[in-house]
Amino acid sequence: MGEREYDAGAYVPPAETEEMELVHPKTFIGKYIWSQDAKVIAIQYGVTATAIGLVALVLSLLMRLQLGFPNAFSLIDPGEYLQYVSMHGMIMVVYLLTAIFLGGFGNYLIPLMCGARDMVFPYLNMLSFWFYFASVLILVAGFFVPGGSMGAGWTLYPPQSISEGTPGSEAGIVVMLLSLAVFIAGFTMGGLNYVVTVLQARTRGMTLMRLPLTIWGIFMATVMALLAFPALFVAALMMLCDRLLGTSFFMPEMLSMGETSDHGGGSPILFQHLFWFFGHPEVYIVALPAFGIVSDLLACHARKNIFGYRMMVWAIVIIGVLSFVVWAHHMYVSGMNPYFGFLFAITTLIIAVPTAIKVYNWVLTLWRGNIRLTVPMLFAIGFIFTFVNGGLSGLFLGNVTVDVPLSDTYFVVGHFHMVMAVAPVLVIFGAIYHWYPKMTGRMLNDTLGKVHFWITFLGTYVIYYPMHFMGLEGVPRRYYAYGETTFISDSVQTLNVVISIAAFIVALAQVLFLINLVWSYYRGRDAGPNPWRATTLEWQTEHTPPRHGNFGESLPLVYRWPYDYSVPGASEDFIPQNVSPEETRWQAEGRQS
Amino acid sequence: MTVSLVFLTALMVTFAGWLLWSSFNVRPWEAQSATDDPAQPLPSMMSAGRVGLIVFLAVVTSLFALTISAYMMRMEVSGDWQPLPIPGLLWFNTLALMLASVALQWARHGTTRADGSMVARGLWAGGIGSMVFIVGQLVVWYQLSVNGHHVDSNPADAFFYLLTALHGVHLLGGLVVWGRLLARVRRGAAPVSVHSHLELCTLYWHYLAVVWIVLFALLLLDA
Repeated sequence: MGEREYDAGAYVPPAETEEMELVHPKTFIGKYIWSQDAKVIAIQYGVTATAIGLVALVLSLLMRLQLGFPNAFSLIDPGEYLQYVSMHGMIMVVYLLTAIFLGGFGNYLIPLMCGARDMVFPYLNMLSFWFYFASVLILVAGFFVPGGSMGAGWTLYPPQSISEGTPGSEAGIVVMLLSLAVFIAGFTMGGLNYVVTVLQARTRGMTLMRLPLTIWGIFMATVMALLAFPALFVAALMMLCDRLLGTSFFMPEMLSMGETSDHGGGSPILFQHLFWFFGHPEVYIVALPAFGIVSDLLACHARKNIFGYRMMVWAIVIIGVLSFVVWAHHMYVSGMNPYFGFLFAITTLIIAVPTAIKVYNWVLTLWRGNIRLTVPMLFAIGFIFTFVNGGLSGLFLGNVTVDVPLSDTYFVVGHFHMVMAVAPVLVIFGAIYHWYPKMTGRMLNDTLGKVHFWITFLGTYVIYYPMHFMGLEGVPRRYYAYGETTFISDSVQTLNVVISIAAFIVALAQVLFLINLVWSYYRGRDAGPNPWRATTLEWQTEHTPPRHGNFGESLPLVYRWPYDYSVPGASEDFIPQNVSPEETRWQAEGRQS
Repeated sequence: MTVSLVFLTALMVTFAGWLLWSSFNVRPWEAQSATDDPAQPLPSMMSAGRVGLIVFLAVVTSLFALTISAYMMRMEVSGDWQPLPIPGLLWFNTLALMLASVALQWARHGTTRADGSMVARGLWAGGIGSMVFIVGQLVVWYQLSVNGHHVDSNPADAFFYLLTALHGVHLLGGLVVWGRLLARVRRGAAPVSVHSHLELCTLYWHYLAVVWIVLFALLLLDA
């Protein structure tokens, strides 16, 4: 190997890596409550996110009961329906998906996969979780304040959201905005950790281009989140001023019951710009970690190197940049200049190019791979299907002329649930089945896992596919009941019944998953250190589950990329990243003699 | 929106460009022996704290850029914008913050010269200058409200209060760190041992001074 040029990207830390000083608490509280160990923080994040996600799941079931069987159950009234729609959306997008991908998997995997002892700022990391926890508590408190929780849709559009008469405009909206502000503060602390750890704390030999794609996805998503969340923060702050201090940032003058309001001159469109400046990158903040994780699952369980690693990295980076210049495609019906809309339609469609590259590369990774249909693999393959289906309807909606008639119909609901709800959630499940053995030392039950996968995968199609047809017929979203509406055919109600029943079956399947998580923790098959025969560093730790400090006496040295599966001539079908070329040569020679 | 868009795109493109640039000539699929990997010493400017602060400043920049673009959009959106009179005290406040920034730089210089009293005096001057700035800003708020410029009287006033409050809160956060640093120095920490912390503090103060100059310039342009 000749001279290699080294630059910042290929930076290799010095041979004597400065050892981190780790906090080693003795008490239970210090170890598991006020923990500064990224792995414990990851599980805290994961458990909190799952818990609040279950609340949002129950909300969606209540809505499905109403839609599938109007009149049969009188559990909720129209106001509550709007509140549940709003809270379901907000919780799922921000408090579940963002938190579990970045706070959960980010915390667990970044130090382990980069070969670091811990995050670079462990104390800040602990604060990050407790801020998140506080924001969840504040959010839950919103259900119990006078007037109930916020009910203006997860997009919080003013003037609706803070005008009298909207459910939750008394106190719910204030609580929601406060919770978001706390969440963003907490996320910023965590995000600084993730970025700086990836940039600064990689072990020797772990160049940027030897990082597993999981880390690339989480890293880029964190960078985007750090730059995009301030938009939501500012918007929340300004809306709080409008609501509490009587300013008119967003509030126009309104005539209500013959009286003009105190506000005047504010611009609701300004809020929409700020919100979607956060909101669109948010889609990719959720998608990029999923892309990364799925790449690693596919490579590992197909025993094949990922196809086009560099192109995958470039696609992640390019998607990250492009996602900042497409936000206005959420605002085609806001009365914008048509040329402005045209511009955003173009940028939106351009994003399809790097995304399609990723999909091709996943499929080509599977091509002639030694595919093992393990539970994580099933979820990963399921993700490809769901993501392609959801992504294609996104191409429709990205065009102004198609979007305008479909705006605010069930087509949109079907689209974003496929692409940004089901697809990432499938990856979360796959990732949990994949890394649970490392987190606990035990395997999850295989049969239960397969039942869980097939019900979830097929069930979500029964739920969301019909919504596209309903949308094409013009069925509007966020309606409590449709009554006698001439353009909606009777079969829509039949579909609604089917969807609701499917939703309940899928929800029950998640109970199976939770049972599996708990049961396997005590009774699961012993996993051993590397049950999937994977190459990345987290599987090479001395202990399973890894102890505080992750690795033994010294940090691992990295000699190769994470995708050395089925290397010709090697003695096994995988070579871990910390095995040197000399060692493999020696092993191969030993086999021959 | 254009302001923040141009700014953030530039930021992202620079960052993405750096990432991509360092990936072109790399062959990730090739394994290498340890002996082929010359260990690069970590450049001293790239400590974790420093990188962390720079990333944080990027986040704060995004926050202010977005608020400023909201300010500019709101200014033009309806005809109710009435520029507020510039209180003369703002010039004095600006001077105080500049001096604070310079004083901290001086203290930082003291750590490299291992001059303990220089560090202590610089820190004190920097902190007091910043507190004068904050008290001055509060007096400006008082003057404005006495003259009928309340937070809800006009969007121009509302944005003035919002932007100064955001900036002030960041400075207060800096003062917390400053207080901890001062306590360490007073307990007799050697100048060398506080060097890296003081350096980060100084960088943060310079940054906030620049942000304030931008905000003040916007205000002057509007008047």
